[in-house]
Amino acid sequence: MNEKMRRRVREIFISAVTVVMVLSLISGCSRQGDSAGAEQRFITVKGSDTMVHLVSSWAESFMQQNPGFEVSVTGGGSGTGIAALLNGTTDICAASRKIKNKELELALQKNIHPNEIAVARDGIAVVVHPDNPINELTLEQLGRIFTGESLRWSDVGGPDKHIIVLSRESSSGTYVFFQEMVLKKQDYMQDAKLLPATSAIIQSASTDKGAIGYVGLGYALAAEDRVKIVAVRADEASPAVMPSDQTVKSGQYPIARPLYLYLSGEPEGTVKKFMDFCLSAEGQKVVTDTGYVAVR
Amino acid sequence: MMKAAGKERAIKVTLFATASTSILIVIGIFVFVGKEAGQFAIEPGAKELLGSRWVPVSFQKESFGLLPLITGSLLVTFLASLLTVPFGVGSSVYISELARPVEREILKPFIEILAGIPSVVIGFFGLVVLAPLIKAVFRLPTGLTALAGAVLLALMAIPTVISISEDAIRSVPESYKAASLALGASKMQTIWRVTVPAALPGIIAAVMLGMGRVIGETMAVMMVTGNAAVITASPFDSVRTMTATIAAEMGEVPFGSDHYRALFCVGIVLLLATFGLNMVAQKVLKKYRMG
Repeated sequence: MNEKMRRRVREIFISAVTVVMVLSLISGCSRQGDSAGAEQRFITVKGSDTMVHLVSSWAESFMQQNPGFEVSVTGGGSGTGIAALLNGTTDICAASRKIKNKELELALQKNIHPNEIAVARDGIAVVVHPDNPINELTLEQLGRIFTGESLRWSDVGGPDKHIIVLSRESSSGTYVFFQEMVLKKQDYMQDAKLLPATSAIIQSASTDKGAIGYVGLGYALAAEDRVKIVAVRADEASPAVMPSDQTVKSGQYPIARPLYLYLSGEPEGTVKKFMDFCLSAEGQKVVTDTGYVAVR
Repeated sequence: MMKAAGKERAIKVTLFATASTSILIVIGIFVFVGKEAGQFAIEPGAKELLGSRWVPVSFQKESFGLLPLITGSLLVTFLASLLTVPFGVGSSVYISELARPVEREILKPFIEILAGIPSVVIGFFGLVVLAPLIKAVFRLPTGLTALAGAVLLALMAIPTVISISEDAIRSVPESYKAASLALGASKMQTIWRVTVPAALPGIIAAVMLGMGRVIGETMAVMMVTGNAAVITASPFDSVRTMTATIAAEMGEVPFGSDHYRALFCVGIVLLLATFGLNMVAQKVLKKYRMG
């Protein structure tokens, strides 16, 4: 009885495996037939790691709407993406910074005309513990805090408490952006705690009374009940601005940057189709859903 | 007849190949990691690694001093062993010598489950439960400290230490204990003066293997130690361990850059440390089995 059953199970298993193999073989063949068509059905997007989540979400919705098309998304950093665009190994490059002059020269030498399209904006919010009485800080004060020049909250008009500086890991694009924009390219203080994820920064800022950290606007707004978002002044004379979709979009909030997709030349075919999707109302809704700010 | 012999031979060769793969892999890893690290030693030079600042991403000047990372790993490992030894040895003595069979049946599976919890889950527990607890108990500004990392690592090392030292204690010959008891020693005297000393080499090896796991562990420490690259001896400061550094930075580093190669140098130091610990532990174990 037992032996019989075992044999039965084995038979079922073998036949199931065979069916799956045959099916995948058939679908593989038909796929190949597809891509042999005149139109390019497979495009690649490579570049900024900050944007991987956003671009993958776009790719997912795009592929759902357009069955038979494939968009492959890889990270590697903005620099890697631009290099790939110049070498012709990617159709679209995602970049969280503008193309550098040196890269542009290189492109023109290769007779490639990079076409820059701003697709979203990224705002970075500064967060502190909810009990912290500080409501606003200038960029200069933030710079002093993160470089370790100001060690106590009393240095920036708060209580006499030690400041715990929280940062993302140095591999994060946000780390570099914040360093460039707020620290004016100086090094972070050695004592800064480098946390592996945004959620860890929120967790720490919500429990440690002296903590200050920075996270993407979307994450900060989602965690508004656990941390306090600080308004930022560009300088002494400017008004204090709370980060929000509007202030990031209008450029009033100082710690924000545009996110780009770069193409070589004018978009056509599937690339155009994908670009149109990204800038469509639906594509821009994906932007908001993934925690960035829409541009259209 | 011939056919059977041939078949046996083929199986033997296959098994030999699978068994020797691990040797090839170890050699391969050493060569590969060494090659990348070696290039750093040539340019910009091994002296760079002796610095006390680890600032791999900078608009000013990048520094690749390994000292804060090495001291970070050492501090966490040392604290973890302080916690592991009493818990590990105590439990193994209890389980092998004092526990009733029923208790053993309950204790053993739980210890095995503890050994099987994925380290990222332990790290999550550390971030949400342990770090706030440490902060409250020691009245610290933040719980993300070397101590938090050490406690998590101890949790992971303890099962290893328990099961290996339990084996060592069990294999102490019954005659030793019988002789001790016959001389009028109490049960506790027998355990602490006869059984444990006789099993000591095995217990030491167990602790060293546990430490090998601790120094190489990544995810859990990365989540709770705060990862600030500072040189400190205080359990209440943040530290950045070697493993966390590699894990956090390797994904994004430009291929072939100084930073990339510096991470391989970190890898070499780590590899040598675990390799050394394992070698010594194996030696101790071997000696003990023979004696």
